[in-house]
Amino acid sequence: MPQIFHPSTNTISRVTVFGALAIVIILLAAIWAYVRSSFWTGADVEKQQPVQFSHKHHVSDDGIDCRYCHITVETSAFAGIPPVKTCMNCHSEIFRDSAYLAPVFESYRTGRPIRWTRVHQLADFAYFHHGIHINKGVGCSTCHGRVDQMPLVRQVVSLQMEWCLGCHRQPELYVRPRDRVFDMEWQSPPDQIEQGKKLVQLYKIRSVAALTSCSTCHR
Amino acid sequence: MATEGPVLPKPAERPRPPVLAPGYTFASVTDKISSIVLAQPQAMPWMAGFGIGFLLVMLLFFSIGYLFFVGVGIWGINIPVAWGFAIANFVWWIGIGHAGTLISAILLLLNQKWRTSINRFAEAMTIFAVACAGLFPILHLGRPWFFYWLFPYPGTFQVWPQFRSPLVWDVFAVSTYFTVSLIFWYAGLMPDFATLRDRALTRTKRIIYGMLALGWRGSVVHWERYEMMYLLLAGLATPLVVSVHTIVSFDFATSILPGWHSTIFPPYFVAGAIYSGFAMVLTIAIPLRVAYDLKDFITMRHLDNCAKVMLATGLIVAYGYAAETFMGWYSGNLHEKFMLVNRAFGPYWFVFWGLILCNVIVPQALWLRRVRQSVPLLFLLSLVINLGMWLERVMIVITSLHRDFLPTSWGMYAPTRWDWAVLFGTIGLFVALMFLFIRFLPVISIFEMRALVEETSGGSD
Repeated sequence: MPQIFHPSTNTISRVTVFGALAIVIILLAAIWAYVRSSFWTGADVEKQQPVQFSHKHHVSDDGIDCRYCHITVETSAFAGIPPVKTCMNCHSEIFRDSAYLAPVFESYRTGRPIRWTRVHQLADFAYFHHGIHINKGVGCSTCHGRVDQMPLVRQVVSLQMEWCLGCHRQPELYVRPRDRVFDMEWQSPPDQIEQGKKLVQLYKIRSVAALTSCSTCHR
Repeated sequence: MATEGPVLPKPAERPRPPVLAPGYTFASVTDKISSIVLAQPQAMPWMAGFGIGFLLVMLLFFSIGYLFFVGVGIWGINIPVAWGFAIANFVWWIGIGHAGTLISAILLLLNQKWRTSINRFAEAMTIFAVACAGLFPILHLGRPWFFYWLFPYPGTFQVWPQFRSPLVWDVFAVSTYFTVSLIFWYAGLMPDFATLRDRALTRTKRIIYGMLALGWRGSVVHWERYEMMYLLLAGLATPLVVSVHTIVSFDFATSILPGWHSTIFPPYFVAGAIYSGFAMVLTIAIPLRVAYDLKDFITMRHLDNCAKVMLATGLIVAYGYAAETFMGWYSGNLHEKFMLVNRAFGPYWFVFWGLILCNVIVPQALWLRRVRQSVPLLFLLSLVINLGMWLERVMIVITSLHRDFLPTSWGMYAPTRWDWAVLFGTIGLFVALMFLFIRFLPVISIFEMRALVEETSGGSD
């Protein structure tokens, strides 16, 4: 009886066995990387807005404080999107003829709010409160990045749960003095861990067990 | 020392039927088993049996599709009975698998020759039963597409499954069980694949069986390594006989619900698993040996031994019922006592008395040699025990849930047509896989049977 299998089958079978294993591992690694990529999380993607509003210009050039527009950030879950009246505080006087501002004036005339495109979209099942974070010494730039240098705002972090937990498990790595919360240029000092631990005590930030309890964020 | 008195005849004098009928040679054993796969034409009964299984598989696929589309609300479950047929069926199927592992691993290590002609299809039964069982935990999830959350994988949540929960242990127990059973089964099949490859008449069959044989040539080195590996795998599989159903029982026993919260659960579940597993072995073996004329290989000795194992494990199960009842009374706990009364005389009284009848009373007939020697009666009994064990799972799941601690949260459970469709669908899946197995793989281990030839015939050809 002739041989059914050519001797090369030995090699093919070995390649198949190890190749299958390699494909599975590569596939898992690819999925692991994909779900963390900005393609999936939307990080670093600049969103087009109905008005060509530049945070860079208003914060860096004009020196306007975050809270001038986001007025409820210290007290409420939602930081607040300013009504067009806030724009008109200045723009009733300056850049009145600019075409860039046409949608703003249009909105002011008709009373129909501008429909901004949301940049930071947290999942609905996650409860997030801006006020508590501000009051416990979490700075704007810790989560939102250098907004003062962004002509168009983009998300700089993944907003995935592992990112939230990174701070909730070790808040001392990220907290800063309360009076520096709105300081866009704040950098963590070399002794951040020691400083952070003091601040965690001073601001009575709750234990890691409480911060990472399910119902802290999923209410 | 009382040496006086009547001399009793020794009970062992009765000749026991052999594990392999005499008169077989190496060649005739191989011919007989391999012909089922290679030579015999497609028989109508096979087509009919597979056809029924196939139709039920279609029913299963349809009901799973509808379930995924609409949700678990199509079943009769609700609060308080949130676990209905799905969990009862899961426990039942996974229990059935246990006999296969017991036969293949423990009886191998104990050098029991009679395991040889039933281990192959019992292992197949294990794998198919675990496959049926494995469906249910996924189907009963509210969002089944997130089933992989049960595995500890490096996800973007950075949270691990709750390792203190037996539901997570279940995932590991069942997936380990399935993997080890599959490897064990495949390892046992390898030399037989080589036999089929060498005897196949068409090139396609030679190639397929040749690939499955993984280059087996039957050299002494192959056999030496093979036997070492087989023993190691048997050692690996042995603890699984005990551990898997123990962990399944923890799903219930670690809760505080009366009727679940009981230390008897692990041994009682393991005994029940082997009990129902051997019943299923008989349910398969009896038609198999008739349809393919394998009475010389699966002899009365096998049926008798299976019946004895059923009797022994059935008594352990009966002891479990008795212990539960006693502990319920002895605890002096209001809820435990109520649970006992409610089980026997509450709205689901027929489930309780049905299982007492099927699992405790009727199997006592196995004490009689006449019953153990009667093939039709054994077949009937195996079906009764399969039914009884299923009723037991239903009783455990439903009667404890429907009468909780708070009378305000009492409720009832009634299975809908979709509950039944999934149950019969998995039975169909099991039947269809079993028929495919019979047709395409050797139902009895050829090489191990050849080893028995020398013992029964006193020599080779």
